[in-house]
Amino acid sequence: MDLFGIYFYFFNVPIMLKVFPSLLSGLWVTIKVSLSIIAIGFPLGLMLAVIRSMSIKYIGKPINLLIRAYVDLLRASPYLVLVSLVYFALPFIGIQLSTFWATVVSFSACLSAFAEEIFRAGIEAVGRDQKEAARSLGLSFLQTMRYVVVPQAIRLSVPTLTNRTVAMAKAISMASAIALPDLLKQARSAQALVANPTPLVQAAIIYVILFYPFVRLTLHLEKKMGKGF
Amino acid sequence: MDAIIENFFNIEVLFRSRYLLLNGFETTLKLIVLIVLFGQGFGLIIAVLRHANRPFLNPLLIAYADIVRSIPILVLLMLIYYALPFTGIKFPRFWAATLAMSLNGGAYYSEIFRSGIEAVDKGQAEASRSVGLSYLQTMRYVVLPQAFRIVLPPLTSNTLELIKASAVASVVALPDILKLARQAQSLTLNPTPLVGALFLYFIILLPLVQLVTYFEKRFPQHA
Repeated sequence: MDLFGIYFYFFNVPIMLKVFPSLLSGLWVTIKVSLSIIAIGFPLGLMLAVIRSMSIKYIGKPINLLIRAYVDLLRASPYLVLVSLVYFALPFIGIQLSTFWATVVSFSACLSAFAEEIFRAGIEAVGRDQKEAARSLGLSFLQTMRYVVVPQAIRLSVPTLTNRTVAMAKAISMASAIALPDLLKQARSAQALVANPTPLVQAAIIYVILFYPFVRLTLHLEKKMGKGF
Repeated sequence: MDAIIENFFNIEVLFRSRYLLLNGFETTLKLIVLIVLFGQGFGLIIAVLRHANRPFLNPLLIAYADIVRSIPILVLLMLIYYALPFTGIKFPRFWAATLAMSLNGGAYYSEIFRSGIEAVDKGQAEASRSVGLSYLQTMRYVVLPQAFRIVLPPLTSNTLELIKASAVASVVALPDILKLARQAQSLTLNPTPLVGALFLYFIILLPLVQLVTYFEKRFPQHA
């Protein structure tokens, strides 16, 4: 294949210009879903982590077991299988979600599981003496968490959490398999329409522009925190 | 409750779709073994080459790792399966999936191995070079065994993520477990096979999740 062929099939500028608006609308969906899963997944994960680190009388153990099962099962579920289950199986028991919400629900659940693990590690990493000191000064458990432990835990969690969230945002492209009109889906439709794979290459370029800064940022954060990974 | 059992945990439907599910499981297993092997091998080679710090090679390797890590795995797969044939390079489904996932895995693994290699004290490599070991021998006998131990936790969690991502092969109609479970679902008009597929994934992934949790406890990242 000559250079013109490569230009014509992969970097065809007229086609790129023609399909750009539809790719942008797909990009907007990708961004909306990403922000939604962050808005749901982080607080949910933090809440579960705090519940898991307090030992409530009698019901504490079973609750912790439940949370652990939730986290482990979700971490062991491939995103695409989970999205397929939510979108194709739940309607059988009367729960019909749109592609957008099916994606948001399944990915938020996954992100909350990761966030729980990461926040809990952060909470545990905050020194025990700090918690004891705060409690002995008369702060309640929740106050100790709110003003002493959680702010530090969140800071410790930033690199790992950024890493996970970026991975999750990239994985949203899998939801194109249930016809979520995200960037990848729009690119595929455009490709079929113009009978030329340029839109796919274009989508890949947009993904690189979107995620490359985060890839560098994660590396930087990891180095700054002095960790290998 | 009855509706849930009838639709999600229907033993009779599961029994009827057992051949489809097990066939798909076999394909998925093959794919997983190949991409983990190729991905790690590829990542290791890149990490060692990058550590050698060649002036022309290094920017290329960095660009590869960064670009591939910025592109979602499914996009990479589609580029290889739907766009590459226009240049005359056409892979069958299985090998397109293997290639895409090995390339993706390799980029992530290379970063992990590199951080491990960097974590091994420089003095050791210098010492072994000065007693006459070649660069590759130094890597093979001194640096890599230690680096491997250091990166075991991220290596495990990355493998977990790579295996989870392997389900996207169903999108290019590779008859893997998810694809065949969907087929079984349309045949039986019952979503139980999908739940079955998830449980088959659990067989591989739940032990890995336990392992990751164990490593996180033993080598806390936030220490």
